[in-house]
Amino acid sequence: MTKVTLTVNGKTVSKSVEGRTLLSSLLREDLNLTGTHIGCDTSQCGACVVHVNGEAVKSCTMFAAEADGAEVKTIEGMANADGSLSVIQAAFQEHHGLQCGFCTPGMVMSAAALLKDNPKPSEVEIRAYLEGNLCRCTGYHNIVKAIMAASGQDVPAVAAE
Amino acid sequence: MYDFEIQKPGSIADAVSAMSGDDAQALGGGQTLIPTLKQRLASPSTLVSLAGLSEMVGICKDDAGRLCIGGATTHAAVAADGSYAGLSGLASHIGDPAVRNRGTIGGSLANNDPSACYPAAALGSGATIVTNAREIAADDYFLGMFETALNEGEIITEVKFPIPEKSNYQKFVQPASRFALVGVFVAKYADGVRVAVTGASESGVHRWTAAEEALNANFSADAIAGLDAPSGDGMINDLHGSGDYRAHLVKVMTGRAVAAAS
Ligand SMILES: Cc1cc2nc3c(=O)[nH]c(=O)nc-3n(C[C@H](O)[C@H](O)[C@H](O)COP(=O)(O)OP(=O)(O)OC[C@H]3O[C@@H](n4cnc5c(N)ncnc54)[C@H](O)[C@@H]3O)c2cc1C
Ligand code: FES
Ligand code: FES
Repeated sequence: MTKVTLTVNGKTVSKSVEGRTLLSSLLREDLNLTGTHIGCDTSQCGACVVHVNGEAVKSCTMFAAEADGAEVKTIEGMANADGSLSVIQAAFQEHHGLQCGFCTPGMVMSAAALLKDNPKPSEVEIRAYLEGNLCRCTGYHNIVKAIMAASGQDVPAVAAE
Repeated sequence: MYDFEIQKPGSIADAVSAMSGDDAQALGGGQTLIPTLKQRLASPSTLVSLAGLSEMVGICKDDAGRLCIGGATTHAAVAADGSYAGLSGLASHIGDPAVRNRGTIGGSLANNDPSACYPAAALGSGATIVTNAREIAADDYFLGMFETALNEGEIITEVKFPIPEKSNYQKFVQPASRFALVGVFVAKYADGVRVAVTGASESGVHRWTAAEEALNANFSADAIAGLDAPSGDGMINDLHGSGDYRAHLVKVMTGRAVAAAS
């Protein structure tokens, strides 16, 4: 076991972990932050995306020991300080960007990472960025719409193809 | 996963000595190795983490004008660099953003997946793979599917790419894995054109010399249109495509890469 100390959603936490402990297990099982979902555990689906030092990573494909000293942000850290929904979260609600909601934490974390680098992405850029985030329900159109809206752009009906 | 210990050396020298331990294995970005460990297809007792080695992260140019990329540099950093357009374009289409934020060039070249993208860039550029022990020319490095010239415990510390006049990578995406069903990297240097093919052959990444000769005479998509596709014998034959289909794609993707080269 090794001791790791990291900042999660602004709070410093220290835990003992095995070499094989995944960051997703540390978050979900040791810190009870179960908003980070495990859809596949094979690095394909993106439900487990969190930010490590500001960058989107699949928490099921990173060891907890590698996050020692890092700043981690999960979906639980996305709401505003007063508990109200952040702009991206509110846009997902407003534009019906979720149905079952299983993929949503990863979608929101990926969307936040995209908007940090590219504040006004085109529809094509949004779809390309979400390559590694799979949704079984929505068909993606409303997710794309929500991200367009969250970036302050008009949302024409994104045509179904 | 079987349990193992993770070591975080502070220098390349420390990493090399950690790698000499019994059943020690390098950990790059983990984007291939972690899924492999989860399937219990590997059982190292120690993983030697390279991601935090500042000596192995970063991109610069050497006196010969080559682009030198540290072995633990992420795909995202190479994608953002832009000083070698064909290479940055290739890196920007590996996997997805989260994979690119962790996966490294050294890990990709060490793994040498027959459908991976970077091997095509390294072979297509005549790059030099630098390890803790020696320098290996790309032409001598790739030995077949998942096989390389690396010795046990050897670490890729840097990769040096001569920058071509024109280059492009075209990837025909395998729709489930998003790896290359066939990918072709074309690079035009003052002393000749190199064409490297990934995804297609049962012996891994390789050069298509007939296309190189045609392009040396006339660097245009027409020169490729006039060629026969390579033989489908020895090409990967699986549920995603037959050997002949892949051979046909090699020709199509080469023509597209030449047309798009800049
Ligand atoms: C969803 C998904 C999609 C992907 N799509 C693509 C794609 O389209 N194209 C593509 O090319 N790849 C793709 N990949 C693979 C990705 O590029 C990996 O990052 C890469 O193959 C391995 O790099 P890594 O740094 O993650 O290495 P790791 O997974 O850490 O290691 C891989 C192997 O290399 C060894 N190793 C690592 N670093 C070094 C080093 N510096 N020196 C010596 N040995 C080392 C390890 O011991 C291990 O055997 C994808 C991966 C995923 C999960
Ligand atoms: S649970 Fe991590 S990518 Fe699916
Ligand atoms: S809303 Fe159900 S998986 Fe996306």
